[in-house]
Amino acid sequence: MKEYFRFLWRCFRLSFHGDWRYYTWMFLLTAVILLGVNAYCKQLVYGLITTGMTDQVSWGLYIANFTFLVGVAAAAVMLVIPVYIYKNDELHDLVIFGELLAVSAIIMCLMFVTVDLGRPDRFIHLMMRFNFPISILTWDVIVLNGYLLLNLHICGYLVYCAYRKRKPSRKFYIPFVFIAIAWAISIHTVTAFLYSGLGGRPFWNSAVIAPRFLASAFAAGPALIILTLQVLRWATSYPVPNKALHTLRSIIAVAASINLFLVGSELFTEFYTQSAHGVSAHYLWFGLGEHNALVPWIWSATFLNVGALLILLTPLGRKLMLLNVACVALIIGIWIEKGMGLIVPAFIPSPLGEVVEYTPTLNEILVCLGIWSAGLLIYTIFVRVTVPVLQGELTYDTIYHTSAEQGHETDETT
Amino acid sequence: MKLPVHKSSGCGGSCGSASNHGVTRRSFLRRTAGVVGGSAAFAAALSPLMDIPEEDRQFDVKKFLQKHYKEMNADEMEAALARVREDVELRYDVRPEIRDIKPMDGVEFVYALNLSRCIGCRKCVHACVDENNQSRDPEIQYIRVLEMPRGTTDIEQGDHHYDRPKVPDEDHYYMPIQCHQCANPPCVKVCPVEATWQEDDGITVIDYDWCIGCRYCEAACPYWARRFNFTTPTIPSDKINTEMSYLSNRPRHKGVMEKCHFCLHRTREGRMPACLEACPTGARKFGNVLDPDSEVTQILRTKRVFVLKADVGTLPRFFYYFDERDPFAQSVPIPGAPS
Repeated sequence: MKEYFRFLWRCFRLSFHGDWRYYTWMFLLTAVILLGVNAYCKQLVYGLITTGMTDQVSWGLYIANFTFLVGVAAAAVMLVIPVYIYKNDELHDLVIFGELLAVSAIIMCLMFVTVDLGRPDRFIHLMMRFNFPISILTWDVIVLNGYLLLNLHICGYLVYCAYRKRKPSRKFYIPFVFIAIAWAISIHTVTAFLYSGLGGRPFWNSAVIAPRFLASAFAAGPALIILTLQVLRWATSYPVPNKALHTLRSIIAVAASINLFLVGSELFTEFYTQSAHGVSAHYLWFGLGEHNALVPWIWSATFLNVGALLILLTPLGRKLMLLNVACVALIIGIWIEKGMGLIVPAFIPSPLGEVVEYTPTLNEILVCLGIWSAGLLIYTIFVRVTVPVLQGELTYDTIYHTSAEQGHETDETT
Repeated sequence: MKLPVHKSSGCGGSCGSASNHGVTRRSFLRRTAGVVGGSAAFAAALSPLMDIPEEDRQFDVKKFLQKHYKEMNADEMEAALARVREDVELRYDVRPEIRDIKPMDGVEFVYALNLSRCIGCRKCVHACVDENNQSRDPEIQYIRVLEMPRGTTDIEQGDHHYDRPKVPDEDHYYMPIQCHQCANPPCVKVCPVEATWQEDDGITVIDYDWCIGCRYCEAACPYWARRFNFTTPTIPSDKINTEMSYLSNRPRHKGVMEKCHFCLHRTREGRMPACLEACPTGARKFGNVLDPDSEVTQILRTKRVFVLKADVGTLPRFFYYFDERDPFAQSVPIPGAPS
């Protein structure tokens, strides 16, 4: 136990040390986090009126980001499944970075839900009167927190074993890995059911929402993992084989194709039928009269998604530089499509047919950027301490050669 | 491992004896500057909290630990009511009469609205705001009146913001919409903390002290009946209706939902809702559907009645009808009606 606390303490100290790139990155993230904290404090004082949300469009950027990030978290299974079910070797040493990304994404999700609450001070009411199993939101609370704990356990156990130079005992983590695979599917399915279960919102009330969520998540999530692995390769000496990136590329290509197919099915149903229920889709894709705020967004998303898919499906995707471009395009495209493009139009027009558009405020955007920065900061720290541990440079019986540890050890010996 | 061997102690060989202690003056100064700068930046980030309004400032443990409405016993409810009284006095400088009024036995309320009579004057909208202590700035209204073109009952074609010097307009009819007090309410289903529920008399209520402000109910409602307090509600003191009840018209705080509750502080004591009393044409009818002699029961039996969005399965207790009598209504026996 004492050794475990010493491990945590050393990780904590290590997170304050790095080269100039690390310091610049962390300084920037901290600065944006503080801007976000400042914006959130204003929201706490004046209420959600500091956002662009209204009684007509009562969910906005916060819930859009939340939805996207649940997908990112779920997408960790796209590394876990090849490794633990198909025994893929290239991805074996990288799977932990996917799981750590899942942990960071879930933490961001929880932050996004919290900032969306009108009364975060009444948080404990969730523990005192929990409308389970009737409210899907309570299911979401359970699956998200459960997924967070599962992944924390798996990553924490494996990293600590490496630190202690012990061979991880399979029975302590393999069962959890398999539970986490099913659990990952569940978090995004439950999040989709939050929306698709509402009969009063025809735009959401569609059985294809959950499959669409999973497909887009399994495209955008691994795309984000490819980018983080590229950064890892650039910033550390951790081995990231090209083959691993190309395995992920095929996964993304398949998932992104399925996603476009599902979007197409949705569009056909909405537009061919021409029923009154298609009016939100019409607003999203073509606008309603002079109201067309989302039109440029959804067409950009479509362009980015199709463009990315063309790169991924053709030999172009074998060039790592183009693969990076495709990943960035896909992440942005899917962020728009299932964030702003899925949450906001369901509210427009309102159930009584009133068209009120939504534009996020600067304050709201700053809160979002702050949460994204916090998530990136957490992920950076995870990676910062995990890499030397996995490479056997930071273990219980070694002094890790940074000035931090040297200084620390010297302090103790003098 | 390329990760940097960073010389934060600044002992690139040029330091003197200080290097033995691991902390040099330079690194000490740098660290101190970092801590001071960081704390200052953090304090600056938190500074908007200085503007928290007076009424939100005191932290009251008892209020924080106040139980859910259904779990409070008589004493606890008394204490909760006392806190509301104190809060209203602090915020509006008036002394309210606040009670917790329970449903009556054998009563199920329904509303019936005569579309042949409604002239779209919106008197009901404003009577409701005055009765129920809604925020005036920004103004929250529970009733939305649509101006409908002839030839359709599709509410998507209604005009929400009609502004005429004189109503009714000959080419339109008018359709007021408020909470339909559904028998199968989606808003109740989705609430994660059971802050909203259906009472025995069919009214769906909200415990304003329990709502966490997630707005899931607002997304779930097919009738757009729910309103959120996006900021601290403001009501001039002389506009406060001091006759209040816990589950209905007591003043709300920012960050919680509210909606029409059929004026339960009036209707549970045999009076009519404020919107009905304000209506100049008698288009609004309200009463107990379990009472065979009530006016609403007669209307449901004898008029051609419809509900909005019957396809969503919410079973509204808010009915619309036209003046015309159903010619076959005679054959339906109505208890108590003259034969």
